[in-house]
Amino acid sequence: MTGTSGLIWLACVIAMSLLLRPIGRRVPIAQIQHACTGMSLGGAFGYSIAIATIYLMWWLYFVKELIFFQWFVQGVIGLGIAGYLFRLAGQHFGTDSSRKMFRQMPVTAALGIIIIIGYAIMSIFADWLAPYGQAEIFAKVNVLPGGNPDLGGDPAHLLGTDQIGRDLLSRLIYGGQNTVGIAFITTCLAFLIGTFFGFLAAALGGWFDQALSRIVDMLMSIPQLIFALLLMTIASAWAGSEKWLLTIYMVLIIAVLDATRVFRLSRAVGMNIVVMDFFEAAKLRGENMSYLIFKEILPNAFAPLLAEFGLRFCFVFLTIASLSFLGVGIQPPLADWGTMVKDLAQFINFAVFSPLTAALPLMAAGAIALLTVAVNFVVDWMLHRASGLRE
Amino acid sequence: MGILSIIIKRLGLGVLTLFLVSIIIFLAVNMLPGDFAQALLGQAATPEAVAAIRADLGLDRPIANRYFDWLVGAARGDFGTSFAQANFSAYVGENSSSNYGSVATQLAPRFANTVFLASVTAVIAIPISLAIGILAALYRYSIFDRVANVSTLTSISSPEFFVAYILILVLAVLNPLLPSLSNIFDGMSFAERLEKTLLPALTLTLVVTAHMMRMTRAAIINLLASPYIEMARLKGLSPFRVIVVHALPNALAPIINVVALNLAYLITGVVVVEVVFVYPGIGQLFVDSVKIRDIPVVQACCMVFASAYILLNLLADIMAILSNPRLRIPK
Repeated sequence: MTGTSGLIWLACVIAMSLLLRPIGRRVPIAQIQHACTGMSLGGAFGYSIAIATIYLMWWLYFVKELIFFQWFVQGVIGLGIAGYLFRLAGQHFGTDSSRKMFRQMPVTAALGIIIIIGYAIMSIFADWLAPYGQAEIFAKVNVLPGGNPDLGGDPAHLLGTDQIGRDLLSRLIYGGQNTVGIAFITTCLAFLIGTFFGFLAAALGGWFDQALSRIVDMLMSIPQLIFALLLMTIASAWAGSEKWLLTIYMVLIIAVLDATRVFRLSRAVGMNIVVMDFFEAAKLRGENMSYLIFKEILPNAFAPLLAEFGLRFCFVFLTIASLSFLGVGIQPPLADWGTMVKDLAQFINFAVFSPLTAALPLMAAGAIALLTVAVNFVVDWMLHRASGLRE
Repeated sequence: MGILSIIIKRLGLGVLTLFLVSIIIFLAVNMLPGDFAQALLGQAATPEAVAAIRADLGLDRPIANRYFDWLVGAARGDFGTSFAQANFSAYVGENSSSNYGSVATQLAPRFANTVFLASVTAVIAIPISLAIGILAALYRYSIFDRVANVSTLTSISSPEFFVAYILILVLAVLNPLLPSLSNIFDGMSFAERLEKTLLPALTLTLVVTAHMMRMTRAAIINLLASPYIEMARLKGLSPFRVIVVHALPNALAPIINVVALNLAYLITGVVVVEVVFVYPGIGQLFVDSVKIRDIPVVQACCMVFASAYILLNLLADIMAILSNPRLRIPK
């Protein structure tokens, strides 16, 4: 769009915002009349912008070159409907409490839950779902996605193949298994370390607490990705030519770095619990430390830790994807989404000739984004529920 | 306790943190198997060659001496010699005085580039996020607020490279408005430089704006629950006036804090974004050196990133103390 047409758009929006209220008052529907009477000029301007945006999107939807936009809109609408139906189903089946939970659930959270379940199924059953092996090489290279031979596709490779002829659908599914699986293991490890030391620090107090807290402060004062990259340099020297060892080092490094954040939270939550009477009573009964931590503190700290687990998983997942994207994370021949984005990124420059080529790197990047967005939607809802806020 | 002494104490703590961080970085690198000389020359090196390099770099001295030499050098901006462009006296003779290959000469121009990228991002992101945050607080729980909430949550949770490639696809490839590669070099005019920086800056803006907007909204909504806001509202002031004249000045402290913290967050984001756009900044240098294990450069970049991070956090802390009298009394 050039500058002039932009100005025309702006003029139309301003004119519409001036005319919206007088016209609205004459519409013979009581609700619209009522809304337009109480509306401020700013509100009218906002609605005009919204109408203009929707019109623009409608127009863009039918532009042939912007096939991605079409997919995006179809995806959003499809997922929205799926989330709505899932919530509707939850409202009518199950126990009373689960039905109540679904009634208060926003559509975004329902959508997030569906996506997470989908990813979990895909990762667990990757061996059955993937049509080919993750490192299997075929004769046809650079097949475009879509499976339509006229557009450079191939029905045998639904999402196409990469530069050396590996099937992208299989790579994407196995990549999910590797990336999500490794991120999940790392998060669990971070939680084991973080909550154990956090609760221990809260329960013991004194110099133990002080020493651990100062060490954690120090580790947290270096930006995480930077610290991870520094440690990965060293780890890669230790691992030498044994690439699988590097993946294990990466899991350990990220788990320790993320455990510092978990430690902070679980110590703070634990601190509030150890001053309670029931904890004092258990202590006076002479219970040992593991009973105190697992039977007294843990059950009471479960809700905030669960929300933190979701957030932490997102951060770990993004860190691993970023490290792999930068070339120091999960190592080939294992398929993973970050490396796939890096390897296929150059195709984006050929989108002028065929928009489908740009889909190659975006599929893996989109897969990463979709999962983190879904987890964030669910966590947002859980935090909202935990804080007891009602709208 | 006077406010000055509190700030001096905070500054002292900041310097202490920086010192400890420098120890961590130095020690971490010394955990490498073998040492610099071995890593540089590889497995097949003769013991004599390794010993020569070791003596040249002073690696045969005790670790504490080396640390303090490095620290004093780093404080003066001299981070030693890069491995990749090493120019040892063992190779080129004792009195070669060229400083080609020193880490500082590599670092300085790239540091300037990164600061330029960060400032362009800040100039775009701060006004936008404050405006959206205030509007979302003003029309909270409306459709506008929900749309803003969902879209910022989406952009926070997407990885930086996803946002970057979408922007490249839309703004550089399908509609060639901006260049997708940021090949910046010396002697470029400001306008050219700005044009090449705009796409990475926009990517970072999208990521940072979401954080800042959410925190601004939360800060203002927090304030709206206080009695004096209720009073202003009951007086019959318009919602806009209540927020801009009554709430905003008091929300300024948390907002300044948010801005400083997000600039600190930019530091991590900059690494990935610079790699995507091949922007010649310090993040790109860092990743390249990590890949070829150029230890002195990795150390120096780490130190620069960590210092910027600590300084910005310190700044946020001091701003918070200055603007909120309640923080001036120690617990």
